[in-house]
Amino acid sequence: MANKIPRVAVREQDPKLRAANFEEVCYGYNEEEALLEASRCLNCKNPRCVAACPVNIHIPDFIHHLTEGNIRAAADTIHLDSSLPSICGRVCPQESQCEGSCVLGIKGEAVAIGKLERFVGDWALEHSDEVEAPVIEFNGKRVAVVGSGPAGLACASDLAKLGYKVDVFEALHRLGGVLSYGIPEFRLPKDRVVAREINEVKKLGVRFETDVIIGRTMTIDSLLDEEGYDAVFVGSGAGLPRFMGIEGENLNGVLSANEFLTRVNLMGAWDPEHSDTPVYVGRKVVVVGGGNVAMDAVRTAKRLGAEAVIVYRRGEAELPARKEEVHHAKEEGIEFRMLTNPTHIIGTEDGWVKGINCIEMELGEPDASGRRSPVEKAGSDFVIDCDVVIMALGTSPNPLIASTTSGLNINRRGCIEANEMGATSREGVFAGGDAVTGAATVILAMGAGRKAAKAIDEYLKTK
Amino acid sequence: MFKIVEKRQLSENIFEMKIAAERVARAAQPGQFVIVRVKEGGERIPLTIADYDVEAGTVTIVTQTIGMSTRKICALEVGEYLADFAGPLGRPSEFVHMPLEELKQRKYLFVAGGVGTAPVYPQVKWLHEHGVTADVIIGAKTKDLLIYIDEMSKVGRVHIATDDGSEGYHGMVTGLMKELIEVEGRKYDECVCIGPMIMMKFVCLTTKPWELQTTVSLNALMVDGTGMCGACRVSVGGKTLFTCVDGPEFDGHQVDFDEAMRRQAMYKNQERIANEEHKCNCYGK
Repeated sequence: MANKIPRVAVREQDPKLRAANFEEVCYGYNEEEALLEASRCLNCKNPRCVAACPVNIHIPDFIHHLTEGNIRAAADTIHLDSSLPSICGRVCPQESQCEGSCVLGIKGEAVAIGKLERFVGDWALEHSDEVEAPVIEFNGKRVAVVGSGPAGLACASDLAKLGYKVDVFEALHRLGGVLSYGIPEFRLPKDRVVAREINEVKKLGVRFETDVIIGRTMTIDSLLDEEGYDAVFVGSGAGLPRFMGIEGENLNGVLSANEFLTRVNLMGAWDPEHSDTPVYVGRKVVVVGGGNVAMDAVRTAKRLGAEAVIVYRRGEAELPARKEEVHHAKEEGIEFRMLTNPTHIIGTEDGWVKGINCIEMELGEPDASGRRSPVEKAGSDFVIDCDVVIMALGTSPNPLIASTTSGLNINRRGCIEANEMGATSREGVFAGGDAVTGAATVILAMGAGRKAAKAIDEYLKTK
Repeated sequence: MFKIVEKRQLSENIFEMKIAAERVARAAQPGQFVIVRVKEGGERIPLTIADYDVEAGTVTIVTQTIGMSTRKICALEVGEYLADFAGPLGRPSEFVHMPLEELKQRKYLFVAGGVGTAPVYPQVKWLHEHGVTADVIIGAKTKDLLIYIDEMSKVGRVHIATDDGSEGYHGMVTGLMKELIEVEGRKYDECVCIGPMIMMKFVCLTTKPWELQTTVSLNALMVDGTGMCGACRVSVGGKTLFTCVDGPEFDGHQVDFDEAMRRQAMYKNQERIANEEHKCNCYGK
C-alpha cells in the first residue's frame, strides 16, 4: 500500500546556522524525494484537498503526473489554476487547507502537498526557457490593475491569457506587494522565486509600471475616463499598520512590523553592503503579536543579531501564525511569552525604549471569534527590558483609493465592498484580496484576483 | 528611471533639479512631496516639491546635502537619472480646496527657513495665480544661504531675515514676524511656516499668543511615504497621525515638536557611521 510510506521529511537549514543568516530555511524536495512523496497520494475519487484549496488546484492530477515522472505535465496542471506555485508552495497555510483535509491525515500524516507544489513550481521556473511564450491575440480591451501583489498578479495573468492588454501599477519601486516588502527572504527568496514568478507573468504580455500611486499619481477615475481603460481591478492590499494606542508608543525604538520588515526586505537593510537604508534592533527586541507577520518580524530581528521575544496576549494554542512558523521560530531560539499583554512602553530620559511593561493574562469565555478571550490578572505587572518594540497587530486597507474614487463604497473597517466575484459599487471597478477582506493570505488574494478576472471578462464581453 | 533635465546650484550645499516626471507634474499640488530613490540600493527619501510644470512634464526638487542619500542625489548631473521618483504624496495645502471668494478675503503670512523656502514657493505661486498675494518672510543664517528670492519676489511680497544681518532684517524670522505684526500692525488670517523643525516650533510659540492660525509642514522620517510603515508618526493634539498620509501639513499649535525632533533623530547614529564609512572621492556617487 502506497500510504504505508511515511511522509518524506523535508531538508531544512540547521537552526543554529540559519538564525544568523537570511538564506532560505527550507530546502524543499529534490526530484527523488518529490516522486517518493507523490507516491503516497491515494488519488481519491472525491478529492477533499481540491475543495479545500482556495483556487481549487487539481491536486491529485498534478501529483499523479509526478508519480509518472512527468513534471512538465504536473506544472501545466497547476498552472491551470495558479500562476504562483513556487510562492504558494512556500507560504500557503496548507495544514488548514489542502493538507488539512487529506484523507491520509486522518490516521497518519497528510501528503506534503505544499512541498510538492513548491517542487513543481521551482522546476517550472528552472525550465521556463523550454516553453515558448504563448501568442495571444489582443481582444481590443484594456484593463488596469492596481497593485502587483498576489491578487493583482493573479488577475493580470488570467486576463492576459484571455487576450486583454493589462497594465499593472505598483506604488513602490519593486514589484510583488507583500511578497516583496513583507515576507522575509528566508521564507520567500526575492530574486530566485518572487522576481522569476513575476517574470512569467510578464511573458504573457502584462506590462508593469512602478512608482505609480493610484489615488495620487493617477486616480481610478482618471484611469477609466482619461487613460482609456475599460475596467480596473483594485488589489491594493492592506498596508496600514495598527498600533495599540498605549503610552510610550511614539518613543524612539517602537515601530510597526510593516516598517521593520519593509526596511529589511524591500529596502534590503539586512545586507548593509548593498543598501543605504538603516535598521535598528539594539540588544533585545520585543515583538507584540502572534500572527505570521509577528513570526517574520521576530525571526528577522534574531537574524540581525538581537535577542528576540514574542509577547502575545492569548495562549499558544490561539497563536494565529502557522504551526510551521512557530516551530521554526522556537528552533531558532525565539522566546515566547504567552498570555502576556503590554500595558505601556518605558522610555529613557532622552526618549528611547528601555523596557515594556506587561501584565499576565488568563483565558476567559470564548469571544465572537470563538477564541477564549484573555483577561488581565490583577497585580501581575512586570517589565521586560528591551531596546526595540515591534507592533505586529495587523493591518487595514489604505484609504487612499477609497477616498479618491467616486462611487466606491467601503465598509466601516475601511475595506472596499465587493461581491463574491469582486464587483464593487462602481461600474467597471473590481476589487479583491486584502483591500476587500482585510489582512488575509496570499492564496486567498490570488483566488480573489482570479475570480475578478473572470468577472471582468464577463463584464467586458457584454459591454 | 527619471531623467534630470536641469540642475542649478543655489548655495554651497543646496541644489535645484528639474526632473522629467510627466505624471507627477500633472497631479502635483502645493503642499505635496515626492519620494526619491537615487539608485538601486538607495534609501527612499521624501523631498518637497518646489515647482511643477505640466506642459514641460517636469517637477522641480530642491535638495540640501545633509546625509549620504541627499549627497548622492546632488552629485547627479543633467542627463543622468534618478531610479525612482514617486508622487505626488501627502495632502495638498488646505487653501487649494477653499472657495475662491473666501480665499480672496484671506491674508497669508508665509515663513520660510533655509531649504524650506523651496516648498513655500509653489504655495505662494498658486495663491498669486488665484488672486492672493501673500507676505513671505525668508530666513537664513546668512545672505549666501538665502534661496528663491527672485522667484518668490515675482509672486509674493518678500521680507528677508538673516541671523547675522548680512541681508534684510538682522535676527531670527520670529523677530521679523513681531516687527510686521506688532510694530507695523499687519493682520493675517493664517501663517504657513516651513523650515527646520526647531524654527517651526518657535514660530508656533510666537503665533500662539496672537491666536494666529499656523500651518506647518513636517519633514518626518519616512520609508514608503504611502501610509504603510508609520515611521513618520507625529502627535497632533494628542492624537498619533502619519505625516505621509494625514499631512505633511498640520496645525502647528497642536504638534508635539519635541517628540517630532526626537523621532527625526532616530537613525542619527547609523547615519553618522554611514557618513564616516564613506570616505572615497566620488562625492557620493
